[in-house]
Amino acid sequence: MTAIYKRELKSYLTSMVGYLFIFFILVLGGIYFSAYQLTAAYPKFEYTLSAITFVFLIGVPILTMRVLAEERKQKTDQLLLTAPVSVGGIVIGKYLALTTVFAIPMAVMCTYPLIMSKFGAVEFASAYTAVLGFFLLGCANIAIGVFMSALTESQVIAAVLTFVLLFAFYMMNGISSFFSQTSMSTCVAFGLLILAAAIIIYTMIKNVLISAVIGVIGEVALVIVYVVKSSIFEGGIQKVLDVFNLSGHFDNFTSNIFDIKGIVYFLSVIAVCLFLTTQSILKRRWN
Amino acid sequence: MIEVNNLVKRYGDHTAVDHLSFKIEKGKIYGFLGPNGAGKSTTMNMITGYIASTEGTVKIDGHDILEEPEAAKKCIGYLPEQPPVYFDMTVLEYMKFVADLKKIPKDKKANMIEEVMDMVKISDMRNRLIKNLSKGYRQRVGLAEAIMGYPEVIILDEPTVGLDPKQIIEIRTLIKELKKKHTVILSSHILSEVSAVCDYVLIISHGKLVASDTPENLGKLAEGSNTLEMLIKGEKSQIKQALENIEGVNSVTIEKDEKQNLWSAKVSTEEQNDIREKVFYKMAEINSPIYEMKSKKVSLEEIFLELTASDKPVSAGEVQNTSEDTDAGKADETNVKQTSAETSEQQNNDKGGEK
Repeated sequence: MTAIYKRELKSYLTSMVGYLFIFFILVLGGIYFSAYQLTAAYPKFEYTLSAITFVFLIGVPILTMRVLAEERKQKTDQLLLTAPVSVGGIVIGKYLALTTVFAIPMAVMCTYPLIMSKFGAVEFASAYTAVLGFFLLGCANIAIGVFMSALTESQVIAAVLTFVLLFAFYMMNGISSFFSQTSMSTCVAFGLLILAAAIIIYTMIKNVLISAVIGVIGEVALVIVYVVKSSIFEGGIQKVLDVFNLSGHFDNFTSNIFDIKGIVYFLSVIAVCLFLTTQSILKRRWN
Repeated sequence: MIEVNNLVKRYGDHTAVDHLSFKIEKGKIYGFLGPNGAGKSTTMNMITGYIASTEGTVKIDGHDILEEPEAAKKCIGYLPEQPPVYFDMTVLEYMKFVADLKKIPKDKKANMIEEVMDMVKISDMRNRLIKNLSKGYRQRVGLAEAIMGYPEVIILDEPTVGLDPKQIIEIRTLIKELKKKHTVILSSHILSEVSAVCDYVLIISHGKLVASDTPENLGKLAEGSNTLEMLIKGEKSQIKQALENIEGVNSVTIEKDEKQNLWSAKVSTEEQNDIREKVFYKMAEINSPIYEMKSKKVSLEEIFLELTASDKPVSAGEVQNTSEDTDAGKADETNVKQTSAETSEQQNNDKGGEK
């Protein structure tokens, strides 16, 4: 794991990609910092951070696209997977290297509140809470990028997939407002999801009976719950979509709250993505 | 050392490896031989745990590769078909990375890296980026990767591909040296290579083991018949009849040689029967001058071709695959012939050197 971490970090810091990512975050951070703090003399650094969460949409795909896709393309994964290292160790080593690269611009940004304190009173606690939230948000985004990179051997596809996903998550507030909040529409949406799940199960196990039984049981259970207590469906679509609302969970950090729930949320996103990455690598061996 | 039991790998409808079983013992060099697409690389990838088998088990030193992967992988050094090198690292950086990856203790690391680099002769290249190395040197770096940590088993997938003849000889000598401390498995579609280096040959065709024995024993299978190839001027029917009348001749085939307006005749005889003199006098009798005469012994090569060509799957579902495989087989045939000429020269050089 440490060998992979060291190699990966070195590779990022000797090639353009790592510096491009650092440069991109620092340039955008710097522009907003100059505008909000240096020019407008606004004392809250967290506003700058919440304004630049979109840097991840472009920065993260650039950073993560090659992390696993490249290994597969160059067949160097044969070395890693036949070495006495666990797949989980490989994934974690690589992920930690990426977060280390991301920590470099964050360390630079940590000095911004100090610069501001030269010119007036700054609430350090709330500023650094926001920095922590921003870092966790970035790490969660990177974990998603790592997972996408494990799914394909083409860097371009990995980058595009990551961008689309991160963009959808970024816009999740807007997307969830498309859907009606009534319990009826939620029930219908869930019904369609169960149907889709049954079809996916069928394509995987190719057994009509079992997938039909699963589908029917799901739909019947749904209808029973709806008939018994329809109120629990209210706003259900929004609740489900909120799970994917990454930047929404960052908002609390910028409004003076040290959000334990948010920290747990980001750590869970990271854990789930890295787990899925490991599983997708393991699964590919069986194909 | 390695036990492979009923190994099967299916890709959809295509069976790449079909119930393969064999045992590998310590301190020998084993050769996997088979045409392109026979399942050599797939088998090696399964032994090393890069891909999982559909059925069957692989045990390395008693450790199942799927159940105790880390313990099993510790015993193996693997050079895949394409050397798994990082282009953005220098040779030395790469060697250090591999040593760390294989968990070599710190105090032994530096020495071992130097030893291994000397063995494959890449010490002079230590500070060059792998990106800028030639194919042959990349192959050596890959070989160094496999040797690193001195694992008990070293598995090499087509180790001499892309090397020049001098390098091929060097690598072969190196492989023979490795035998002293390690068990070596190498794959090749070049027969002369396998018979030059290996103590034991496993011939694989269409994912099945079609023969496994020492090269000498396989060679014995081949003895039994000889062919004589000739270019003769004259009447076809006359020549044919004359040749058939010679004692000890089994069969005669005559074809027109378009370029020189001659007849090309192939005569097969019993092994110990040298009929060249008789043919000469017979042709003189009928006033048909011989332009060329070559005596050919049936070699390991032909056995290899026969074994790998005759065992074609005939099930309807695999018709498409079969046609692909035969194409590969044909391409391979020419390949084998070319390289055998090359390598027989090399072997002569080798012997000269030893004297």
